[in-house]
Parts: sequence; C-alpha cells; structure tokens
Amino acid sequence: MNKLKAYLQSFLLWELLKGLALTGRHLFARKITIQYPDERTPMSPRFRGLHALRRYPNGEERCIACKLCEAVCPALAITIESEERPDGSRRTTRYDIDLFKCIYCGFCEESCPVDSIVETRLFEYHFEDRGENVLHKDQLLALGEKYEAQLVADRASDAAYR
Amino acid sequence: MVSFEIDGKKVEAEEGSMVIHAADAAGIYIPRFCYHKKLSIAASCRMCLVEVEKAPKPLPACATPVVEGMKVFTRSASAIEAQKGTMEFLLINHPLDCPICDQGGECELQDLAVGYGGDVSRFHESKRVVLNKNLGTLISTDMTRCIHCTRCVRFGQEIAGIMELGATGRGEHMEIGTYVEHSVDSELSGNIIDLCPVGALTSKPFRYSARTWELNDVAAISPHDAAGSNLYLQVRRDRIMRTLPRDNEVVNECWLSDRDRFSYEALNSDQRLTTPMIRVNGTWQSTDWKTALDFTASGLRKVIEQFGANKLGALAAANATLEEYYLLQKLMRGLGSSNIDHRLRQMDFSHDIVAPLFPSIGLPIAEIEKQKGVLIIGSNVRKEQPILGLRLRKAFLGGARIMAVNAVDYEFSFDLAHKVIVPPKQFVASLARIAKALAKEKGETLPNAVNDWAKGGAPSEEEGRVAQVLVQTGDQTALLMGQLAVNHEFYGTLYKITQVIAQMIGADFGAMLAANNAGAWLTGCVPHRGVLGAAIEAPGLNAGQMQKKSLKAYVLLGLEPELDCMDGLNAHKVIGDANFVVSLSSFMSSASDFADVQLPLAAFSETSGTYVSGEGRVQSFRGAVSPQGEARPGWKILRVLGNMFDLAGFDYTSSAEVRAELDLEGLECSGKLAEVDVAAPPKSVTTSEIDLERICEVPLYVSDPLVRRAQALQACADNPPPAARVNAEQAKKLDFSDGMKINAHMGAAIVALELIIDNRIPDGCILIPSGYPETAALGGPGMTRVVRA
Repeated sequence: MNKLKAYLQSFLLWELLKGLALTGRHLFARKITIQYPDERTPMSPRFRGLHALRRYPNGEERCIACKLCEAVCPALAITIESEERPDGSRRTTRYDIDLFKCIYCGFCEESCPVDSIVETRLFEYHFEDRGENVLHKDQLLALGEKYEAQLVADRASDAAYR
Repeated sequence: MVSFEIDGKKVEAEEGSMVIHAADAAGIYIPRFCYHKKLSIAASCRMCLVEVEKAPKPLPACATPVVEGMKVFTRSASAIEAQKGTMEFLLINHPLDCPICDQGGECELQDLAVGYGGDVSRFHESKRVVLNKNLGTLISTDMTRCIHCTRCVRFGQEIAGIMELGATGRGEHMEIGTYVEHSVDSELSGNIIDLCPVGALTSKPFRYSARTWELNDVAAISPHDAAGSNLYLQVRRDRIMRTLPRDNEVVNECWLSDRDRFSYEALNSDQRLTTPMIRVNGTWQSTDWKTALDFTASGLRKVIEQFGANKLGALAAANATLEEYYLLQKLMRGLGSSNIDHRLRQMDFSHDIVAPLFPSIGLPIAEIEKQKGVLIIGSNVRKEQPILGLRLRKAFLGGARIMAVNAVDYEFSFDLAHKVIVPPKQFVASLARIAKALAKEKGETLPNAVNDWAKGGAPSEEEGRVAQVLVQTGDQTALLMGQLAVNHEFYGTLYKITQVIAQMIGADFGAMLAANNAGAWLTGCVPHRGVLGAAIEAPGLNAGQMQKKSLKAYVLLGLEPELDCMDGLNAHKVIGDANFVVSLSSFMSSASDFADVQLPLAAFSETSGTYVSGEGRVQSFRGAVSPQGEARPGWKILRVLGNMFDLAGFDYTSSAEVRAELDLEGLECSGKLAEVDVAAPPKSVTTSEIDLERICEVPLYVSDPLVRRAQALQACADNPPPAARVNAEQAKKLDFSDGMKINAHMGAAIVALELIIDNRIPDGCILIPSGYPETAALGGPGMTRVVRA
C-alpha cells in the first residue's frame, strides 16, 4: 500500500505541489521582513546597547565612583579614577568604557547602586578613528542626557520585575 | 593551662585568658568589632556573644575568662541569634552608604553584615546623624558611621599614650570626638584609621582615590627611621596609592608611624626629577641617559686628571639602600678616593676608629619593652623614632623607670622617673657627673678624663637619682642616644661616657639613627672603613670635613645639602664651589643651583634594595612600581658609572647580586667601642652673657627629602613653621613676648623668626629647628644672639 502511495506521489509531483502551496501561502501572508533602517523591530526595555551615564533631574551626575561596575566587568572594559570634589562628594574624574572590550553583558548596569551607568537602546554606531572605541565620561553623560526620557520610561516599565 | 571545649573541639588556653583568645588560636572565628588583640577589652560591641553551657544568657567571648571544662558554642542557635540581634541593632544607625565609603571592601561591619545581617531593615524611624569632626590633615571623619567600639579611644589611651579622642554622651547620644575641637596630632595617629572597623575614620590623603580591591600589596620597608618598620605599599596601575603596616611582632607589631604611612604622597609629587639633566653653558638641559652619563664620567675624569682622585668626594643620605652605598663606595674607591660619608649632621667623628662594626640601638627592638630602666640621652624619641617610642611606653607600662638627659623637656608618652634638663653644652658634663655618682655607688674608679668632664662638680640631685636608679636596674637597662647626642659637638665623648656608665652596670647602649646608617657602615660608606669594617690604609675625609672645605668634585646620593647637612647653607656653598657636582636625586631640589648633572634616582618604592635597621635586621625588598619617568634605580646608575670607568666587578644584573657580595649573616647589634679613651675636656671658653645657646633639632616632618614633599604631613599640626623658642623667664629677661618677631644672629648669618614662649627649654637656651630653608643659614648648634626685629 505504501509502495503504491509513494509511486503515485512521485508520479503526480506531490512534493512539488506541496512546496508551491507553501510559497503561495507566504505570498499572501503578512510579511515579517522589515525594511531596515526605514523600519524597525520592536525592542525590549531591557535591551543592552551603548552605555550612558545618567544625571539626577536637578542636573547632578548620579555616579558616585563606587567602582562596582569596574569591579564586576568581566571584560575589564571600564576604567575609573576618582577623587573628592571640592564640595566633599565622591566623584569620578575619569570614566572610560572600551567598547572593543565590552561584551554588553549588562553587569555594570545591574551592579550600579544609583542607576547611573545604564545601557541604552542604541546599537548602531561606528568608529572612524583609532581610539574612538573608548567612550569618555563627557560622551557618556551626553548620551545619558540625550536618551534620558527613553531611559526613564524603560526603567519604569521594568521596575516591577526588579 | 585550662582545657575546655569550643564547638566540640578540645582547646587549651592559659588561665585568665579569654574565650576569644583561645578561639583565635584554635582557628575558630568569632565575629567582633571592639576586640583587638593589642588593645584592652571593652566588651562594648556585643558582637562576639557566644553560648556557654550552663550560662543562662549568651556571654561575650572577649570578656569571658576560660574555665576548666567549660563548653562554648559559637555557632549554636542561641549564639547566632544573639549575634544577628546585635548586628541588627548596629545597623539601625549605621548609614547604608557603602558605595561612597572608603572603608567599603575592607570594612569589618560590611563583611559581618553579609554573614549576620538581615536582608530587610525593620527600622523605619529616622537614623541618627553625627556631625563630622575635623581631626586635621591626615584623618578624615564620617562620624555617622561610628559604631562606638572605642578602639580609637583605647589606642590613644593605651598605645600612643596620649588621649586625644574620647567618647562623650551615652547611648544614642554617644559621640567620639576631641571634645574641644582640635586636630589629632599624635605621631602615630594614622593607626586609628586601621583600627576603625567601619568607615568613620579614614585616610584623608587617600580619600576617594581608590577602592581596596583594586590595590595590590607589595611588601616594603620604611625608609625613615631606625626601626625599619615593615609595611605594605598598595599599588594600583603602577602608582603607590596608600601605605599600610605589615605585621611583624618583633619590629613594628601592627603599628606604623604617620611619617611612614603618609610619606608616600611625595612619591607621586610633581617635584619628582624625571629626566637626566645636564648643565650646558649655565643652563639646564634635559637629555638622555647616555649623554648624561658620558657627561658625568668625563666631568669626573677631568677633575681626577687635573687635581687627583683625592679631590673627589661622595656624600650619601642616610636612607639610601645598602646596594647603593656599596656601589657608591666601590666606585669612589675604584677611582682612588676614600672621601665618602653619609653622616651629614654629625659634628664629632672622634670615636670612628674604635666604633663597632655598625651603629645600632644596642639591643633588639623587641627587648626594649623588657628593660627595667632606660636612660634617654638627647632625644625626643617619640618624634624621632615613633616605633621605638611605643616600645619604651610598653616598657614604662611594665614598670620600667625611664629617665632622660635632654636639652628640652620633651613630652613623652610615658612618665619620666627622673630627668636632667641641661643645655646641650653641658650634656657631657652632666653625663660625667652621673657616671661619677654611679662610680661612687658602685665603688669603682673612673677614668680621670671623665672626672675632668664632671668639672669636679657634685652631681645635682636629679643626676644622683638617675645614678641610683641605674644601680638598681643594672643590666636590665638600656641607654639610648638620640639626635641631640649624635649631632653633638662632643658626640665621641658622650658616646664613650655612655659606654663607661653602661659597663659599670652591664647595660646595653646605642644610638638611634636613620633608616640605613647601619647599612652604610657595613658597606664601607664611611671614610675610614671598607666593606664589613675592613681597614682602610688611607682614610678619606668625613662628611664634616667635606662640608667645610671644598673638594673639586662631589657625587651626592639622595640629599639636599642645604637641608640635610648640619651647616646647611655653608655646605650648599662649599659643594657649589666645586668644579663638578653630580647629584643623584629623586626630586628636583636646590641642587639645580650648583650641580652640573642631575640624575633621576628611583625612590625607595621603585628600586629593589636592602635596609639594615637599628637593631641590625637586614631587610630586603623589591620595587613596588616602576620608576617615574626616566628615573633609574641607584644601583643601576652606579653600576653603569663603574663600567664607564672600566672598573672591575661592576657587572651586576640584579641588586641581589650586589647584596650577595656582602656576608650579612648573624649581625650582632652592640654599641660597644673597641676601647674607651675619653679625651680631656677643652678649655672652657667664656661666652657673652646675652648669647643664648642654640638647641638644634630636626623635627619629625623635615627629616628627609621624601617627608619634606609629603603634602599632608607638611600641612599637619605636628609640623609647625620654624620658630625660635625660649622659656618664659628667659623671655622676660630679654624683654621678649610671645609671637614677637626676632632676629637670630649666628656668626654672620641673621635669620628672622617668630618667638614662641616654651617652658620646655632650659635657661640660657633657644630652640631653633634645623632642616628648614628659613633656618639653613644659621648652621648648626652654637651661640646665638637674639634681638628684636
């Protein structure tokens, strides 16, 4: 019986028709291909992209130079130097992230006691010159300022799970 | 011995010891905050509560004496519950600011909170806030973090001997502070930073600059005093970030003086000399090593050819390494000159020939506390040798009677049984009178010269009492000479009379010097002795002679003549008059006024080397960081110089090879001179009534180039600007008042200073410190005429 079935299927090009049916179905189905960069996929609020340093609403930088991110970083991508600011608070004088070393694991964000170092949704960036791979404190703070609204929204949406 | 059980383990402990001692010895850890092995027991933190069989409540392990057959449970349910309860109470008021706290990572509270703390606080009321205290430039405070263990208070009371911190108020209102606001000025104050189990007391120079987990410990030896304190240099990214004590029970125990602890700041200062410099046509040029060394060699060669090798001299600081001394003298003697010395402030070299193999304090440091009597001769031991000062305090607490013959009635951390405060010029006479009184008690005869020194005068009451105590304490006595004796114009005689006294009672005696005087002697960095005391046929000039009469060329190793030599400004001029001066220095200094070449020398943290401490302890260390800029270790610079002169035996590849050439096994520290022939006193010179005798001390924080550049130490209250000090009576006689501006005349030099009334100074004397640029012109001790400015 099976032999006959196989014979008939090969004879009638059944598998070809099956394949064509699949193609035909997809021809009319909703497309999942997106036209990047004109179109974008949705992103999780937990997306781990380029880093940023945040500020408090009053403009004060959040980072207190506790260096937990530096300690936890498995790729040793973070370099921090700190000192006492004239007002007596503990602040960084240098905060560098080497993006060549970084593996975007998000440990830095997780270890931060003041939600200062965060990873933004930004993943499309490039370097043109040697050395640009190291993000400095001012660049990180500028990123934080630029994406603050998004960062606040993301953290709010994820707060229930933290 | 008492035998009992801890956690089912059989342990033995001495009767009267506490459970925590036995537990520590058995390796069973009991959490604690207020307990510290070197401090008395306060039992105030309650963290070490343990369950003891048949005791109704948990007992503090630190204050529970061991009893035969007792059963202690450190991990039982009730013990853990008690410890957790204590921790919860401690955390009620302790701020949760670990991320910004400098103690984070090395905090005992943080560590124990992981083991005993709850994850959620049940305390919802507001926390206690305590205002920070200003304790000076060395210690920064965050008093809200304090958990009232009182370790810092007990340290001051018991160890340092000066109670600067105390607790006021009770319960939640208890605060640690100075009561009346003032800084903590003890020369050992930094130790309270180590003792503080939380972040209430932290290091000010280190504040917020690094975290403990970033630092690597490198073992090193202190370059500042004769104790040879063991320390850790903490390094991050090739930079010294901090200094901490390294436990060594026979040297510094677990303590460190502030000078050792905070002088690291100078290593990173912007005054470091980082490139070789040569003077071309009167202007300084940075250059490379090859040019600089060629320039050095040709300059020295020219002088030798023109004037002969004996016109060449070398002066070294007293904190260079053994290897540097050895190669310096090998180089100089290879070139044909024995003019080499390191005793920059010494004035009298008369006992050089009979001196022991190396100068020492005469007994092992750990033995000091076992003495029954100590006679301090011309020393502010507390400030000069803080670690030895600690040992003396321990001796005092153990019942020793400590006496002093001093030029200033210094405040010590122990009470003096008897003190003889005399002007420096009468040191010898006073000591001779003590010897005389002692000889009378003992029924011995003294050498005539000693009697001559005593000037036939009867011993004063105090001198007589000192002699009586010396008879009683006998061979359990140490006689320790300090700075004012060593830099005395009759040091040789002082030394000999000290030996006469010591021999009568069988006491140990010696001098307390700098970090590596012993190393300098052992390597032959003295004009009259070669390596390990070998005889030298034609002894060279000593430091005093080299500073007085100009030679044609000088090699300077790590010193600033203006500040490190006794007659500072004069030495600066004399050395400047030479045709060719090579200065090996870690710092930019006044050498730029007169030198022809400045070679950047690696500091003690950047070179491998060896120090021989005042007790003859040979301690080698390796470099902790790489030398700054182009600086190179001294032994390498001297080795290359040796090669450039084609001298034999300069093919070392490591400092260990240099050291291996010296047999330093079994050094015995003894102050004994080979023979004692006390010279007769010189004819007394009558001096003008109105002249005051200058007491010339080198204060704690100007003692060497490193300390002089440590900012926090320079700014601390224990380092006042130089001033002239006389006692109230003297001031009244001269019609001077406190705070007045005066001019001090010595010879042709005039120096303007502020006058401070200080009743520690004897009549007829004026204390003007040395080691400052302001007072360098005055030279050494001598008669000073003081007039109103």
